[in-house]
Amino acid sequence: MSFQTDEHAKAYWKENLRLLVVLLVIWFVVSFGFGILLVEPLNSIPLFGFKLGFWFAQQGSIYVFVALIFVYVAKMKALDRKYDVHEDD
Amino acid sequence: MDIQTWTFLLVGLSFALYIGIAIWARAGSTKEFYVAGGGIPPVANGMATAADWMSAASFISMAGLISFMGYDGGVYLMGWTGGYVLLALCLAPYLRKFGKFTVPDFIGDRYYSQTARTVAVICAIFVSFTYVAGQMRGVGVVFSRFLEVDIVTGVLLGMCVVFFYAVLGGMKGITYTQVAQYCVLIFAYLVPAVFISILVTGNPIPQLGFGDTLADGSGTYLLDKLDGLSEELGFTEYTSGTKSMVDVFFITFALMVGTAGLPHVIVRFFTVPKVADARRSAGWALVFIAILYTTAPAVASFARVNMIETINGSDSAGVVYEEAPSWISNWEKTGLITWDDKNEDGRMFYSGDDRNEMKIDRDIIVLANPEIANLPAWVIALIAAGGVAAALSTSAGLLLVISTSISHDLLKRNLMPDISDKEELMYARIAAACGIAVAAYLGINPPGFVAQVVAFAFGLAASSFFPAIIMGIFYKRMNKEGAIAGMLSGIGFTAAYIIYFKFINPGANVPENWWFGISPEGIGTLGMIVNFVVALVVQKATGEAPDDIKDLVESLRYPKGSGEAQVH
Repeated sequence: MSFQTDEHAKAYWKENLRLLVVLLVIWFVVSFGFGILLVEPLNSIPLFGFKLGFWFAQQGSIYVFVALIFVYVAKMKALDRKYDVHEDD
Repeated sequence: MDIQTWTFLLVGLSFALYIGIAIWARAGSTKEFYVAGGGIPPVANGMATAADWMSAASFISMAGLISFMGYDGGVYLMGWTGGYVLLALCLAPYLRKFGKFTVPDFIGDRYYSQTARTVAVICAIFVSFTYVAGQMRGVGVVFSRFLEVDIVTGVLLGMCVVFFYAVLGGMKGITYTQVAQYCVLIFAYLVPAVFISILVTGNPIPQLGFGDTLADGSGTYLLDKLDGLSEELGFTEYTSGTKSMVDVFFITFALMVGTAGLPHVIVRFFTVPKVADARRSAGWALVFIAILYTTAPAVASFARVNMIETINGSDSAGVVYEEAPSWISNWEKTGLITWDDKNEDGRMFYSGDDRNEMKIDRDIIVLANPEIANLPAWVIALIAAGGVAAALSTSAGLLLVISTSISHDLLKRNLMPDISDKEELMYARIAAACGIAVAAYLGINPPGFVAQVVAFAFGLAASSFFPAIIMGIFYKRMNKEGAIAGMLSGIGFTAAYIIYFKFINPGANVPENWWFGISPEGIGTLGMIVNFVVALVVQKATGEAPDDIKDLVESLRYPKGSGEAQVH
């Protein structure tokens, strides 16, 4: 057991899951939400020469995906250090 | 210099580079052969993953598909990138902590069962072969059009190069070659894209040019022009698409989950030194993939406008065939463009209704794009080198999965547990060589159903591996009975649906007959749900996984201690 106590292990996993849920909700909203389910209402909003829904489906969702992973990397790095379960450098 | 000389030069140089890297990065042990010794830096691994992932289909076919599908093309763009979010957040770090070599390794150990391992091996081999056949075909198409050698010679040449660096270098050789291949393919993709973006919209960044006004001074936005043209010619509006929302939803989901479940992608995250690196590496992989994937829809729209205007003329009256640009006759020779002068006016006309006289294969859009836009010969040759790089990098990654599945999962962990590391390495090389031979055969004599089985590969990965791995990590109590029942029912359901609509009764493959309006491409999503539900029900009925397995799962959930990756 690498955690100091069982409570730490549980708390770490809980925080990890909370972060996952938040990021996956954003993942779902930008792609399935904005790009597919809400594409028609959003298409009435122009973004330069794009219709917004179309832009999310073919451009925007991909940019958000990239950002999500790097946010996850940074947050998990902090979380690993907080509970002292990071790898040796 | 003409196009052909340039192509020989650029493709030849890139081959020399790959072989040079192979000699430099030879593998000496099974660990180096399977996972490059676990010592690849995350950015390099990200680049290699991107090259591994972006196949001839992404490079050659995707922009063409989008060009013809408009909004519906978004299923590929979101589906094939969104999967990396799932990989980075839910799979890669935990599988890296697990610290072994293959996906069947994880399934077999986590579910303490040789049956589970065997099911996983069979899925891995099937998925990988499906893919490889398509790649070899891509190499063949590029060679036959640009080098004017026949497809057989093209495939054999490509195979020799892959043979050299995959058999010699294993994962280590493949990884460093893929880094080089990524650079070649992304350069080859971006250069013509930038040129065309400037020509069409005056904006050098394709992602922005896509939403910019046309360079002809009319002040019309590119996409508005495209919507207008589409409607005039009897196509659906470019930014709307024709698929139903349910189907778009399910296909996108199946592609995302399938991506996250593909063994040749997952195995890349076993090659980095640490758990934290696995997370970062997935991020970098998506950055490198996104560069191509955000350019592709822009290229698609530029190509569409260009193509319609060259064929129909700017006045939409049709261009006289004798005055047509040379790319039309070049591609007519390959049979990928045909013109049938129905109204006998000697003019070509392209439309979505009965005025149409052209048949244009979607695969040529990227390859013909530089010719359509009148770019210099070296740019056209560059596309050929890029297409070959994309096809070779993916084939090599897949061949490695096949050889690993045979030498490691099937022989070492199953049939011949007593072989030494050296013998296992020898079997891995023999398996890679046999894999290449089979792939070459499939490339030269492609089964008629290559295109159809791609849907199969994603559906299969989505409905088998993904749920089994997710529950293996996030649900400690999941037992072997549940996992095996889940995998079998998920695959069984998905396979039955696809086989029925694609092979047994292709005539019935219309939206009215689909369950809930879901096409065979999207059915993997439902298969995945079936897998989850069956696994949970069976687990409830058969009890929990043993305590030592629960401890194993517990140990996957934090990074500390990953350095001690086991060699067994």
